Amino acid sequence: MLHEYAGKTIETTPDGFLVDSAQWTPAVGEALAAEVGLKPLSEKHWQVITFCREDAAKEGQSPTVRRIAKLSGVSMKELYELFPKGPGKLAARIAGLPKPQGCV
Amino acid sequence: MKHLTILGAGTAGTIVANRMRRELGRDWQVTVVDPALDHLYQPGLLFLPFGARDEQKILRRRSLTLASGVRWLDRAVDNVDTLTHQVALEGGEKVPYDFLVLATGAHLQPQETPGLLGSAWHKSIHDFYTLEGAQTLRESLEGFRGGRLVLNVVDNPIKCPVAPLEFLFLADEFFTRKGRRKDVELVYATPLEGAFTKPMASRVLGSLLEEKGIRVEPEFLASEVDADGKILRSFDGREVPYDLLVTIPLHMGAEFLGTSGLGNDLNFVPTDRHTLQVKGQDRLFALGDTTDLPSSKAGSVAHFQSEVLAENLSRAIAGRPLVPDFDGHTNCFVESGFGRAILIDFNYDTEPLPGHFPLPWLGPMTLLGQSRRNHWGKLGFRFLYWNALLPARPLPLPHRMSMRGKRPASDLLQAA
Repeated sequence: MLHEYAGKTIETTPDGFLVDSAQWTPAVGEALAAEVGLKPLSEKHWQVITFCREDAAKEGQSPTVRRIAKLSGVSMKELYELFPKGPGKLAARIAGLPKPQGCV
Repeated sequence: MKHLTILGAGTAGTIVANRMRRELGRDWQVTVVDPALDHLYQPGLLFLPFGARDEQKILRRRSLTLASGVRWLDRAVDNVDTLTHQVALEGGEKVPYDFLVLATGAHLQPQETPGLLGSAWHKSIHDFYTLEGAQTLRESLEGFRGGRLVLNVVDNPIKCPVAPLEFLFLADEFFTRKGRRKDVELVYATPLEGAFTKPMASRVLGSLLEEKGIRVEPEFLASEVDADGKILRSFDGREVPYDLLVTIPLHMGAEFLGTSGLGNDLNFVPTDRHTLQVKGQDRLFALGDTTDLPSSKAGSVAHFQSEVLAENLSRAIAGRPLVPDFDGHTNCFVESGFGRAILIDFNYDTEPLPGHFPLPWLGPMTLLGQSRRNHWGKLGFRFLYWNALLPARPLPLPHRMSMRGKRPASDLLQAA
């Protein structure tokens, strides 16, 4: 699916995750967040998004919500306030990362 | 003397030990380290809560499961030192290795969810992944006259990802046979979006849950349990009251893997997904529930991996290149209640599809459909486990998944 985010044409999966996470910029992140009704993004939101991008670059996969809560400095409770419903999925989506792998 | 040392003698460690003892010469000592005196056939735990009393059939003395010539140390591991190639046991003794296999599995962490452990533990809150949990749950179910039974998976990954569904299907049958089903509400609170992760299987299993009147509470990440008020809470503020809570607690790898710098944040070991070598460690291999791989934590996976691991261990010993042969192959029986079962077969890239197994088109078992033969297959598997799988005798089950006799998902979605 092709979308226009922050003036760029970007391909996403049917559930809204970027196909190529290299196309992400902070402005694209803001557009993705606005799409799910998160506007404007607070400093705490950015703390989580930045952690997710750095962690994914290091580990080669999107962090799980438990991992974000453990390592980002933002607690699980706050994560659910910042990214209601599914913080793991929502943070990954706004950070331009693949959908976090559940289990099998 | 050279040393192959294997940590953990569950399904994975036992198969590797028995197989490598046969393949390696007498200049190799094969040692397994595991503090538990008995080997537990974990799939058998599923049936205990519903009245099965076959503890003696699912437990075997460890010494009877290991081939003669395998040295067994019934001790716990303190740490692994990858610089000096030594394993330190609790108490200080050191075991050297030329090659080391990590097979210590996944362990339940009920203490990670506030409220689970306490005076209600094994009374109105149970697990069924341990012998004691399954036995105390058997008593609670026998006396359960009516109310809401909630099954909660705290987080993934878990051992045998289909077991929560099987538990619910069997609970539906159990209460139906007792004439109490109309008084019992069954609820499945799961962190997943639906019944299962893979779309085709999720559809089949999801419609079974619906058919049996089992309510799903999806995307439910448990934060805490109020054991006195009997309420299960989630991080997004949902509350699920229960009369009986069956929990599948958070799973983690062995603690010493974390402290030895070999584990990820859940102490699972980062492992090459095709060769099974531990990442960044030439002399270390990992298999079974111990790894961080996106394959199921299930006995069939440990079995399929053991063949690839044995081949690669022999290659590493001979200084030859490893083969990237593990494809994520998983094969699970899913008990669906009333004497029937579903069989699913999949790998990293292909989700479970309908068809037949192990012989394409002939079966005798059907894939992704309910049948009585599948159920008998599941029960008969225990015999195979003790007598063929653990001793590492050849089985007619290919470690690579086959597409023969299966119908691709695109066909089915078009037909639907």
